[in-house]
Amino acid sequence: MIELLKRYLRRARQPSIHYSLGFLTLGGFVMGIIFWGGFNTALEATNTETFCISCHEMEDNVYMELQSTVHFSNGSGVRATCPDCHVPHEWTYKIARKTQASKEVWGKIFGTINTRDKFLDKRLELAQHEWARLKANDSLECRNCHDFDYMDFTQQGKRARDQHSSALASGEKTCIDCHKGIAHRLPNMAGVEGF
Amino acid sequence: MKNFVLIPLLFAVVTASFQAVAEAQIATLRKGTPLDQQQADPDQLQPYSDRDVKQPRAYPMQPPVIPHKIENYQVDLNVNKCLSCHARSRTEESQAPMVSVTHFMDRDGNFLADVSPRRYFCNQCHVPQIERKPLLENQFKDVKAVLNEAD
Repeated sequence: MIELLKRYLRRARQPSIHYSLGFLTLGGFVMGIIFWGGFNTALEATNTETFCISCHEMEDNVYMELQSTVHFSNGSGVRATCPDCHVPHEWTYKIARKTQASKEVWGKIFGTINTRDKFLDKRLELAQHEWARLKANDSLECRNCHDFDYMDFTQQGKRARDQHSSALASGEKTCIDCHKGIAHRLPNMAGVEGF
Repeated sequence: MKNFVLIPLLFAVVTASFQAVAEAQIATLRKGTPLDQQQADPDQLQPYSDRDVKQPRAYPMQPPVIPHKIENYQVDLNVNKCLSCHARSRTEESQAPMVSVTHFMDRDGNFLADVSPRRYFCNQCHVPQIERKPLLENQFKDVKAVLNEAD
């Protein structure tokens, strides 16, 4: 086995005998495009709502809850899909989050939340992960659509105006501090700050 | 009162008025559509008032009406969104009116440390408002007006 490996390693370090430099350069270039494109296509495929709710854990629980909220159905017909809020849009952070999400594959295989009861038991922990993530990135995924700079306070209610023009404007609070449970139902919030 | 119509009161008035009319003429909001069917031409939803200005009580024991939207507020076994502002411990930050201490009393008259379970579901008594004209003329008089007339 090791002998075989060593042979391949030696071979790899030698110059090519049969293939021309042009073929190798162009071939490498073309293969690079194919692999890179393929990687990104696959990545994008996992970044769709269809992919997310292909698991019953997501479709039966969180997706059902989303449907009655304003982020799913509203007057203007603009809606948010799972990755809009749960996956960073910028490439570097997206890859980081996607790598982290490989743990969810583990969870799927071992059925961590494969029943409603299991899901409800684990819900607070899962929610806390998301709250922590959004707190840490200053609610970046909210702000991808809800840009503070373009908020018209005169169109907001008094309570919203008061909070947004003070706590949010000063950076003391971020969206998720107040807007928890806006797209999904909340777990038992006893002990959570603000409840 | 005026445009600010108390929904429960309106219903009471509407119900009372219709009782005088023949039963066949009863008009419901669902226009007689059976409960298991979808109404063909549903009325447009009215936006809830969101002015955040406290409304006077129409009579002393009236549960105060909610002067803001409460759309999608979760009130269940897990969490009470209303209390996340109106609970005693939350009012300093929220500056919202505190839930009345009468709500801390259980049915035997004992005062509890927090809101009594029987008062947990706010919407049983407190409702948001819609600004629109009354469907029927309303002859409600404030008790003060009645007292003034008696003098």
